[in-house]
Amino acid sequence: MTVPDDGLAYPGFADPVHDAQASFRAVLRALARPGALCTVATPPAPPPPLAPASAAVLLTLVDADAPVHLPPPFAGLGPWVAFHTGSTGADIGDAAFVLADEWPDLALLAAGTDEVPEASTTLILQVPALEGGPRLILRGPGIEATQTFAPLGLPADFAARWAANRRLYPRGIDVLLCAGSAVAGLPRSVTVLEAA
Amino acid sequence: MKGYNFAYLDEQTKRMLRRALLKAVAIPGHQIPFAAREMPLPYGWGTGGIQVTAAVLGRCDTLKVIDQGADDTTNAVSIRRFFARTAGVATTTRTAHATIIQTRHRIPETALTEAQIIVYQVPQPEPLYRLEPSRTETRRMHALSEYGAMHVRLYEQVARYGQIAISYDYPVMVNGRHLMAPSPIPAFDNPKMHRMPALQLFGAGREKRIYAVPPYTDVASLDFEDYPFRAGRAPHACALCGAQASYLDEVVTDDRGGRMFVCSDTDYCASRREQAP
Repeated sequence: MTVPDDGLAYPGFADPVHDAQASFRAVLRALARPGALCTVATPPAPPPPLAPASAAVLLTLVDADAPVHLPPPFAGLGPWVAFHTGSTGADIGDAAFVLADEWPDLALLAAGTDEVPEASTTLILQVPALEGGPRLILRGPGIEATQTFAPLGLPADFAARWAANRRLYPRGIDVLLCAGSAVAGLPRSVTVLEAA
Repeated sequence: MKGYNFAYLDEQTKRMLRRALLKAVAIPGHQIPFAAREMPLPYGWGTGGIQVTAAVLGRCDTLKVIDQGADDTTNAVSIRRFFARTAGVATTTRTAHATIIQTRHRIPETALTEAQIIVYQVPQPEPLYRLEPSRTETRRMHALSEYGAMHVRLYEQVARYGQIAISYDYPVMVNGRHLMAPSPIPAFDNPKMHRMPALQLFGAGREKRIYAVPPYTDVASLDFEDYPFRAGRAPHACALCGAQASYLDEVVTDDRGGRMFVCSDTDYCASRREQAP
């Protein structure tokens, strides 16, 4: 069978209610315990190049009220996302979510205002793996002392870039890193240090 | 339950709640507005807490609901039954067995764990409400972290009563940044919020606000160096289980001044009596 380019042949969650609930709890845990790897319920066949975890996060959180911006290489997923979530896309500065496979310039994303810091974009970053990369040390709410986190696919100067985001607090960007069927969170409240 | 979605709310509503909860976790103590739905019980009966619970609850969860520490009061029984019927989840009265605990105005005496989520029912989410009625103003005060007015309120109480005279809904600073109403829990429970291993979620239905405190987050009760925060408690032992350190309810037993002090946490009290020789 040939699959048309618009990706519509790829299904969403097998069980929309309970898979979305399980995935939400994984995402909630990811942001409540920064750097912890949390397993989502994945759709049976996510459309390439979407990782199962990225697909699950989109199906769980995106809808017409909270659209996602899809830059390359995800631009072709528009019809699949629209069919399964109702999101017809948004500009990068207006989107509730931005899906990316490389670290974007965070200045392009909405960081909220001091009075309404929740009017910010959540970055869904698809990375090759959540383990095996350069070690980062995390501190902050959700972490008892320190948490080690070593994802692949972050820029070499990530700690410095994150510090710029951290300085905006309570404004800022929250990040969900996705690889395979796992998600890890970096809420704006977390402090990131490079391991010595 | 036939004719209803799992856990009563429709999926669109749950997604809206879930997005608000994620923002709330990312900005500890900051109130997130949400589109609260009309629920099949009146405002003031825990509609905010119920909506938060409905958004996080899953098939595998075990739910405990308490009202002022008790599992067997009307509010607790009806909310527990509501989720047993609409979601078919297991319910319990044992704190240690629950994965989600919805509470009205108490934190259980048994320490909560990383595997648990506690959902607070909140009547008034704005800690500055009695000082500044305008939401526009309080939003700006939170933005600027301008909480001098609250310290003045505490100071006035010290000047007038010789102590900080707030016994419940005692204001807290979360993560050193946001002033937060802990909901009307007794000040006795405030220290339990500090660096609690469990995730704490707050829902205010009538006021349409959600906020959260992630695990291991600093929660400091406001005070002064020379008038430090003190957690008050009736100076008695529980008349049923003899507990010396739990929060007590005063129960009037007759019309001649008779009274007894018993644990407000019914599960804690019952467990102690079961274990007693």
